[in-house]
Amino acid sequence: MIKDYMAIINLDENENDIRSLTTNRPIASIPIGSRYRVIDFMLSNIVNCGIQNVGIFSASNSRSLTDHVGTGKAWDLNRKIDGLFVFNHGLCDFVNHDSTLLKNNMEYIYRSSSENVILASSYMVCNMDLSDVVKAHEVSGADMTVVYKPTDEADSDFLNCYTLEVDEKTNRLVGVGKNVGFSKKANICMEIFLMKKEKLIELIYKSTHSLNSKSFISFIFNEMGDININTYKYDDVVLCINTISSYYRSNMKMLTPEISDKLFRSDRPIYTKIKDEPPTLYVKGCSVENSLIADGCVVKGKVKNSVIGRYVDIEDDVEIENCIILQNIRIHKGAKLSHVIIDKNVDIEEGTELKGNETFPLVIEKKNLFK
Amino acid sequence: MAKKNMVAMILAGGQGSRLGLMTKQMAKPAVPFGGKYRIIDFALSNCCNSGIDTVGILTQYKPQVLNAHIGIGTPWDFDRVHGGVATLPPYMTEVGGDWYKGTANAIYQNMDFMEKYNPAYVLILSGDHIYKMDYRKMLKYHIDTKADATIAVIDVPLSEASRFGIMNTNKDGVIESFEEKPAQPKSTLASMGIYIFTYEKLKKYLIADAEDKNSDNDFGKNIIPSMLANGEKMVAYSFAGYWKDVGTVESYWEAHMDLLSADNDVKLFDTDWKIYTSTEARPSQYIGSNAKLENSIVTEGCVIHGELVNSIVFPGVYVGKNTRIENSIIMENSVIEDNVVVSKSIILENVKIESHNAIGNGKEVAVIETNKVIQSQGRME
Repeated sequence: MIKDYMAIINLDENENDIRSLTTNRPIASIPIGSRYRVIDFMLSNIVNCGIQNVGIFSASNSRSLTDHVGTGKAWDLNRKIDGLFVFNHGLCDFVNHDSTLLKNNMEYIYRSSSENVILASSYMVCNMDLSDVVKAHEVSGADMTVVYKPTDEADSDFLNCYTLEVDEKTNRLVGVGKNVGFSKKANICMEIFLMKKEKLIELIYKSTHSLNSKSFISFIFNEMGDININTYKYDDVVLCINTISSYYRSNMKMLTPEISDKLFRSDRPIYTKIKDEPPTLYVKGCSVENSLIADGCVVKGKVKNSVIGRYVDIEDDVEIENCIILQNIRIHKGAKLSHVIIDKNVDIEEGTELKGNETFPLVIEKKNLFK
Repeated sequence: MAKKNMVAMILAGGQGSRLGLMTKQMAKPAVPFGGKYRIIDFALSNCCNSGIDTVGILTQYKPQVLNAHIGIGTPWDFDRVHGGVATLPPYMTEVGGDWYKGTANAIYQNMDFMEKYNPAYVLILSGDHIYKMDYRKMLKYHIDTKADATIAVIDVPLSEASRFGIMNTNKDGVIESFEEKPAQPKSTLASMGIYIFTYEKLKKYLIADAEDKNSDNDFGKNIIPSMLANGEKMVAYSFAGYWKDVGTVESYWEAHMDLLSADNDVKLFDTDWKIYTSTEARPSQYIGSNAKLENSIVTEGCVIHGELVNSIVFPGVYVGKNTRIENSIIMENSVIEDNVVVSKSIILENVKIESHNAIGNGKEVAVIETNKVIQSQGRME
């Protein structure tokens, strides 16, 4: 358990390549892994290491996010002392807008009693023991520590993420770039930063006066010459949710035990909103193979290599293969789906046939409940 | 303090000794049920769904599991500023203290709890039963008929009527007489152990009953008969729907088999009247490439590689390859390894059945005790 740390989750995340899932929500509240939302992982990492003060700075469109996190009860963050704080964007100017949001809520950061801050994003899905990072940061004596993931899938995953150049002897950060997908190997910046609260406050003030950075993180990297930045290598499972195809592959990866055992551990559970669904019923005649299925479903048809969310009704003679079905969906008789992502609240009519492929999964967008 | 219209008191102190190994560690209301619930969740969720927010739970026999499950009642929305849930165990006073002697005595000893809310009506429930019921409708009936007490009844087959407390009513549903387990039943309306009393009446009879040295202090044996003898207006409220007292290992097993269809009588999958429970954070169930599932219920945290037929598995259960489980109930965190056959069994929590075993003979229900490890019968290579 670590002391004297607060956490800030900055949801100024690039949604350009995942638009069809973010029309009504930020990346943070996209459903993933059958019963979770993207932000559940980082929020759980934070509370699992003992941090009790979490601020979420959210971009616009935060209805779905605030509905999901609520008072923070599911993460034990409904506290009198500390707890969960959610800050929404007002109408602020476009330049430096996440810095402005941080600055506008400076009172929260000032008033928190913690001396140190962990600044994180939500879209790097992992189950990380943050206390290890804290230890390494404190041993290093650096002003700041940034976490990276060495990968050899940089040509397909982690596109447009920052890449870090690290001095192998000192672990110090010596350069920053962007992953444009040209090479397989890269050290991907996980956008997890540790620093003193004073340092954060100083950087926030400076960044709002800076003219040449697009976001708070890019400002930090611009200032890198003046800050002693240590790096922490995290060589475990990281799923980066920033494109439709990475979202699709990340869900599919959760079907392999090597990945799911790393993400879902009984010593560090991932918490999510409780929905009180009944258990799932598998009716005679159904066939289920290599799939992750949430509670609240009734399965009569065929499901293979798929990830199924809460409250999904799969009727007779349905065939679902390589699909991601989010919550509250009815798939009527005889429908055949392959490589399809179906967003919430959709009814797939009788006999419908939908087909995408591995590289371009077909996305059926969320249906609003009102008509 | 604001007055509460109706307070519920749930009797949850019974051992349920006929459930054998299942109630060795916990009271009957705490026994797991239906894949992710405990028996008392049904009464608690009925209260919550009926808009009742003040509930006293009378505990006595091994209450630890039950207390931990209920906590401050968050899953049922009972974490309230005014009202909410309270567990009420027997207690000491200046002049000693007593165990709860009977159902009426348990309520009598907690009169102070009810007084605090000054209710107009009191709902007395048992924490032992599986059913979904809207108590608001019963209260409306109680008020409309201007009754002093309303007893919920269910029509049972004549052949089984002598197992229940039977209400003999006139054509208006007014109770004329009551017989506990009659050899020659005159009617088939069985008491469900659900009572609504007008509080002032109940109070009067509880005090009188407490003063009677010869009383068993029991609702069925004492309170109801003496109210009837004094000509209080008592009506039967007919309930049509699933209701089961899972009193024995056999009936517990049968009640689970009743759940195995989408339109089961319990209406477990009907989300208009949800059953709430307290749950641990676990990932979704993983169904492996060679698994086969037929009429089975599976829940969070399970990993299934084998075959399930007419079975219910609780959270965190592992079923290995080439293993067949039929007509069985597997409770939380139990592990059934590869090449095992389990038939007509109830496997309690944290059991480990190693590979190459056969459990249950398919005739009587076999029960495997909590934390037991059954060693592999496979040959060592």
